[in-house]
Amino acid sequence: MSLAHTQSVALMGLEGHVVTVEVDIADGLPMYSLLGLPDAALSESRDRVRAAIVNCAEIWPNRKVTVSLSPAWLPKSGSSFDLAICIALLCANETIASDAIADVVFLGELSLDGRIRSVRGVLPALIAAHKAGVKTAVVPTANYQEAQLMQGIEIIAMEHVKQVLRWLRNGEREIAQEFELDWQAHDGTLDFADVAGQPQARLAAEIAATGGHHILLIGPPGAGKTMIAERIPTILPALSILQALEVTAVHSIAGSFASRSPTSLMAPIVSPHHTTTRVAMVGGGAHAIKPGAGSLAHNGVLFIDEAPECPSGVLDSLRQPLEAGTITIARSIGNVTFPAQFLLVLAANPCPCGKFTGRGRNCTCTSQQVRRYLGRLSGPLMDRIDMRVHVDPVGRVDMARTDLGESSADIRQRVIAARALAAERFSECAWKLNSQIPSRALRTLFQPQRNAMNFLHDELDKEHITARGLHKIIRVSWTLADIAGHSVPTLEDVEQAHLLRGGIEL
Amino acid sequence: MQRKSNNRTGAFGEEVVSQYLIQRNAQIIERNWRIREGEIDIIALYPSGIFAFIEVKTRSSVAFGHPFEAINAQKAHRMQRLALGWLATHGCFGCNYQIDVAGVLIANDGSHTIEYRAGVL
Repeated sequence: MSLAHTQSVALMGLEGHVVTVEVDIADGLPMYSLLGLPDAALSESRDRVRAAIVNCAEIWPNRKVTVSLSPAWLPKSGSSFDLAICIALLCANETIASDAIADVVFLGELSLDGRIRSVRGVLPALIAAHKAGVKTAVVPTANYQEAQLMQGIEIIAMEHVKQVLRWLRNGEREIAQEFELDWQAHDGTLDFADVAGQPQARLAAEIAATGGHHILLIGPPGAGKTMIAERIPTILPALSILQALEVTAVHSIAGSFASRSPTSLMAPIVSPHHTTTRVAMVGGGAHAIKPGAGSLAHNGVLFIDEAPECPSGVLDSLRQPLEAGTITIARSIGNVTFPAQFLLVLAANPCPCGKFTGRGRNCTCTSQQVRRYLGRLSGPLMDRIDMRVHVDPVGRVDMARTDLGESSADIRQRVIAARALAAERFSECAWKLNSQIPSRALRTLFQPQRNAMNFLHDELDKEHITARGLHKIIRVSWTLADIAGHSVPTLEDVEQAHLLRGGIEL
Repeated sequence: MQRKSNNRTGAFGEEVVSQYLIQRNAQIIERNWRIREGEIDIIALYPSGIFAFIEVKTRSSVAFGHPFEAINAQKAHRMQRLALGWLATHGCFGCNYQIDVAGVLIANDGSHTIEYRAGVL
């Protein structure tokens, strides 16, 4: 028999398709053709597979080899098909029994000596395999920890093609060391106790963490904007297992596990540099569509330092995901949707020289420069930012204090308590956070007190706020009410929310 | 010197393959038919009436890979053109024909093995 087939998974964004890998060996001149819309990395698999087979002392068939990846219309990319092609080829060459591999999914890139290297997107691939009814999957040992997150499918971790062959021929299976599923909560390297002073910014960070409200921090260099922003994940509650799986799946597609463990329950923080491009921000790519910073920050924090220095189109590309919570990328090879529910934290200097604060005595910028600088943050984007907070330079009193500020753990307790109040209120709704209340529900079910609404309507009449702004203020006021323990936002809560939103005129 | 010994190896391979074909009742029509575009090692007529154009690859070791690996797509297409050229010049245009390849591996002790693949295109 010179025909064999096995399975692997092709990924389009987070969505996986089980792919049948067929290999036919026919008489004829030595040739190798790979069918099924492979990209460059996948076309190179021929040379990797060949070298791996020869270096494992197996026989490379000097005949006409046809490899078909079906469904043929689906564009396939990357190196994760190497192992499946290699095994199917050896099977077609009659060195492995064919029934052993037909229902197994193989994932892994081959090195020239036959070792199995880690690949991207193992978790989403296994989810797709499970949905398709696959019972057994072979994954690279390097991806075993991530693969174990997938329940209901037998995972076999393999390090070398020889190991796989021993398993398929003799049933010998070295039991890979089981990783204890160890969900890691906060690691405690960053703590809000490190931040000296800054009561308003601390409060704003707490409100942002409680209700999921987007925030802009404005202050001179060295005041602690970055310090505060980096610590926001430490006061966010630990992710649920389901949320953590979503985060891990996105990071798996991007291949960004260097900075984050697959079993971390801490909310991710992604801080792209301000020279980043639109594609890097929202995701994209011609062959394999990869998630951008917005999706990597899903269920966590997207922090953009020096926001006015960003090319304006880059920040504005976040406008739609901020509303929708997802990013849909359309390319010629297809449409891909990534989740993108993040807390946006922007930081900015008050002016180009950075010293326009307090009385601005040391600032060397002209008034026009100052106005133009923050004006680079477009109106529609700023309309989506719930809070604009000044971070003032730290004074001698705060720096001289030897007692530390409130720790992240203490703040997190309050955040969790306030979120629990909100969750109870929304127990019959589809959303969980105050920032997610749809505007229709705001007008009907979740109105603040009467006098507070009158105040907001007056502001609307005076065109001080937009309709979207009015809704944003009500959402923040609900968070303030949760923190203060009010059952309904009072006039005071609404005024404070209004103040936080309009803290600076742009 | 080297070139001469390679020529001898090649001629030996072609001779061996000719014997192999005669044993199988094929008629050898021409050896080393050469025009400007290239050369056909053996042209044979099978008992079934099909013309066979045979490329012989002879190796004294597999250090440079399997003999068949030396025949790439470009070379195979040149064989095709040459075959059509031969048929046209010999008044047989339109006859059934096929392209075969034969690999001859000569071992250290002088013994040889033939691998014959018929109809590769």
